[in-house]
Amino acid sequence: MTIRSEPFAAVAALPRRSVSIGAWLDRQGVFSWLMMAVPLLFLAGFVGYPFVYGILLSLQDRPVAKAGHFIGLDNFIKDFHDPIFWRVAVNTFVYTGAATLLKMVGGLGLALAMNQDFRMKNLVRALLLLPFIVPTVLSTVAWLWMLDPAFSVVNRLLIGLGLPRPGPSWLGNPALAMFSIIMINTWRGLPFYGITLLAGLQTVPPELYEAATIDGAGGWQRFRYVTLPLLKPIILIVTLFSVIFTFADFQLVYVLTHGGPQNATQLFATYAFDIAMGAGQLGLGASVALTMLPALALLIVALTLYLRRT
Amino acid sequence: MVTGRSRAEQVVRVWLPVGFFLVVALFPFYWMAITSIKPNSELYNRQLMPLLIRNPTLKHYIDLLSQTHFLLWTWNTMLVAVTSTAISLVLGVMLAYPLARMRFAGAGLIAMTVAAIYLVPQPLLFIPLADLINRLDLGNTLTAVILTYPTMLVPFCAWLLLGYFKTVPMELEEAARIDGASRLQTMRRIFLPLCVPGFISAGIFAFTLSQNEFLYALIFLTKSAVRTVPVGVIAELIRGDVFYWGQLMAGALLGSIPVALIYSFFVEHYVAGLTSGSVKG
Repeated sequence: MTIRSEPFAAVAALPRRSVSIGAWLDRQGVFSWLMMAVPLLFLAGFVGYPFVYGILLSLQDRPVAKAGHFIGLDNFIKDFHDPIFWRVAVNTFVYTGAATLLKMVGGLGLALAMNQDFRMKNLVRALLLLPFIVPTVLSTVAWLWMLDPAFSVVNRLLIGLGLPRPGPSWLGNPALAMFSIIMINTWRGLPFYGITLLAGLQTVPPELYEAATIDGAGGWQRFRYVTLPLLKPIILIVTLFSVIFTFADFQLVYVLTHGGPQNATQLFATYAFDIAMGAGQLGLGASVALTMLPALALLIVALTLYLRRT
Repeated sequence: MVTGRSRAEQVVRVWLPVGFFLVVALFPFYWMAITSIKPNSELYNRQLMPLLIRNPTLKHYIDLLSQTHFLLWTWNTMLVAVTSTAISLVLGVMLAYPLARMRFAGAGLIAMTVAAIYLVPQPLLFIPLADLINRLDLGNTLTAVILTYPTMLVPFCAWLLLGYFKTVPMELEEAARIDGASRLQTMRRIFLPLCVPGFISAGIFAFTLSQNEFLYALIFLTKSAVRTVPVGVIAELIRGDVFYWGQLMAGALLGSIPVALIYSFFVEHYVAGLTSGSVKG
């Protein structure tokens, strides 16, 4: 164990009446709280305060640039009677669920493919992470162009492969638009899964595979009974991360569809944005954003507790 | 030792799947690049094979740089990213060091709070924050984003550094303490110089996150002169229903270069941070 020097400091300071400021500052609790005071005050002011203020806003009728007045839960009641709100809720869950599942399965595939010996592996890994590190809005604009109604390169390639002209309207058809934003979210997020899971795979001791092989396990069984159980904690953490940020996604939909066509791709974040920033109804917008809170809080608490434990 | 059979096997087992992932991951960037150097006559001609280019031109880049505020946006983006990253690293250290090294009442609670704040997504806060920024009279100033980006970056840096700090052995600090150094001296002179790799990881992440940020910049910055690249590209290169695809792709590519460049220099740090940040905490 480590030797700590506090007991000596305490003994030395004890006989004197006036403890010197230096010694007082050196106490662990004093030093810690003084050190943390600035960042904690900052977070209280710019996260804590807006959070509470957002809850107060959601209970007000508050047009932009005007004083608000308290209306209780009216905004939430309005939300629950709004058919678009329910559409948004369903969209958000479909989007989050489908994209997460695809990223998990695809990411695992990527990790397994990468977990072999081959040349230029580090270069390949660096290239594969590009979709994840490039600013989302900029790569999403490229997708917007790739799915352009008139000049979609995707469609031109598909037509080249024999699909009838003019090819699908990827962002104009409600069902296809949802499909498209799910695929593009997957494109961006999959490398994060893949590289993180790869790091997990590399920590699996080879002896375990050897032992399993000696016991007669085939490839699938080794994966199912050795790899998967050992990866489970990492899969869980990555998934929780990804669910939180997919659930509250904004950029991708804002750039590709603005929530359209006919709210088919509207998510909580984009809908709250439209109401608050487009229609200027800050209170109602805040109430839509806050309906994300129960699900998010559950996920955040689960992940925080899990991270704390490990 | 590579026999014909095992080489064929290598191709099937490694390069088929890896190649598939590579093509899917990289095609949008290829398309960005090739669009940005195609003349409009080729871009909007459906008879030509789209994947190739006949007469490359830099016209879109010249137009982008001369007709829009792209260079100004790039400067704004850099300024904001560097400043908010620096602020976040300093504040992050001030949170992480006590949490990693000191014993005091409330440490566990603070650590959990920091982790939870890191996970709060922006859409939960943007409406009240917009009102707050208005009341502080900071609308259309870079200060608005320099102040709000650290709300995501401080908890993030603190969390990543906390994990890193715990891996640094304590002996040197203990020796300094026995020699009579104060806690502040020990931290600044002995401990922090040991943590440069951790700062690089956290710094790169914070930098890429601020380059990536869109929602706050979209709401707080509505004048062209103060915009960042993502908002400028979306708000000003898409004019109504008219798309300037050549310029848009040139802007998207140029806007991605700073991040890609920094990332390519520090890719090992990045991957280490990525995996330790989420896996080890």
